[in-house]
Amino acid sequence: MTENKNKNKKIKILPGGMINQPGSSEKYKTGSWRNQKPIWDKNKCIHCGLCVNYCPENCILFKNGKRKETDFDYCKGCGICAAICPVKAIKMIRENS
Amino acid sequence: MPTKNIKNLLKALTGGEAVAEALRQINPTVFAVYPITPQTPIIEKFAQMVAEKEVETEFVNVESEHSALSVVVGASAAGGRAMTATSSQGLALMAEILSVASGLRLPIVMNLVTRSISAPINIHNDHQDAMMVRDLGWLQIFCENNQEVYENNFLAVRLAESKDVLLPIMVCQDGFITSHNIEGVKIYPDKIIKNFIKEYKVEHSIFDFKNPITIGPLALPDSYFEIRTQIATALNKSEGEYLKIGRELEKITGHKYDYFEEYHLRGADAVLVAMGSVAGTIKFVVNKMRQQGKKVGLLKVKLFRPFVYQKAKSALKGAKFVGVIDRAPGFGSHPPLFGEINQCLSSNQKAQSYVAGLGGRNIYPEDIEKVFKDLLANKTSEGVKYIS
Repeated sequence: MTENKNKNKKIKILPGGMINQPGSSEKYKTGSWRNQKPIWDKNKCIHCGLCVNYCPENCILFKNGKRKETDFDYCKGCGICAAICPVKAIKMIRENS
Repeated sequence: MPTKNIKNLLKALTGGEAVAEALRQINPTVFAVYPITPQTPIIEKFAQMVAEKEVETEFVNVESEHSALSVVVGASAAGGRAMTATSSQGLALMAEILSVASGLRLPIVMNLVTRSISAPINIHNDHQDAMMVRDLGWLQIFCENNQEVYENNFLAVRLAESKDVLLPIMVCQDGFITSHNIEGVKIYPDKIIKNFIKEYKVEHSIFDFKNPITIGPLALPDSYFEIRTQIATALNKSEGEYLKIGRELEKITGHKYDYFEEYHLRGADAVLVAMGSVAGTIKFVVNKMRQQGKKVGLLKVKLFRPFVYQKAKSALKGAKFVGVIDRAPGFGSHPPLFGEINQCLSSNQKAQSYVAGLGGRNIYPEDIEKVFKDLLANKTSEGVKYIS
């Protein structure tokens, strides 16, 4: 529904903004809201998974007992992962810096 | 009482009972309501009909008007024909959900029995409740008498559910003046009304599990604008639909369903514009003064939202003096109806705003006669005149 990044691209809006296609929230890339970016230090990380569980966007991937990269399509840069990390392996920097 | 299928029965009904009679014939899926004076006769009578199983309606007793309209919004979104009724403070409590109903494009019909708003507390009629919600995307139809109240409910159901409209409608009648006064109401046969209002077929329902939908999602700056302006487009389209459905209803009732009723406007020098029950009083005065050779007339507003400016403009074209009677004061602005009519007039027409009947203050024929005489004598001024 709200996928309209390209202003010139016309999308069909149903009466009242009703959505009749599933998965629309996935198409909505909230990563564009971010003004701070988490930088993850792979070498410091102990793969405890705390950041994975605390991430409100559920956008830190975790596979086979290992933390993976942050999904920047959805990361809003809230900084909770950096605050919760017990070994300070995540640092927040300004977006585009 | 066996009232079913008797040809054009004339019944003695209050305006509230006339609504209940219309509801009986509409047989809505859900009717959620909270009692408030002067709307109460509607739910009293309709609750009895539900108890006696004259209808299949799910009658939901709720703890407030906010909940009443919330239930109706949910029922309508689920694909049911859902209705409610209220007055005054009840409407004020519904305000939050009113814009949800129109924003979600739900064809809800509400019977609004207009009443003054607090403070001071007062249970009698004026139009301040209807006026405070006039721009929320609801259509508003105003009724002069019990017959109109009864018939406009059918028009409202069809109009709200029209594919090009899909908007909620308020059928407004004057508290006590029509809601509690008994008049002869011509009741049309159940079968004919059933055929007219048709089965309600919803295009998208949350209970259609094969085609799942989300209703009421978040819409951010990239789409909210379009969704809101769709309401304006739908309101514009409703003007044509109103006439089209009105013509269909006319075949049953023999009554006209225009945006305005033009009463003795031909050759009228002084015209009063009004809506609701006061139109009856004005007609009485117009008849009397016309017999005396005075060129007076009435323009009665039936459809207030959307307001059809072009039609008002052409109807008032010949008038030299136009008086507008509002039952709402319009604090810090023109009274609401005057504000609309004022922009339909040319610079060589004189306009006068009158505010009358606040909190149920009577408007007598003598008051109207004086207004007409003042207008004909060119006694107009910039400010509002109070008839009190």
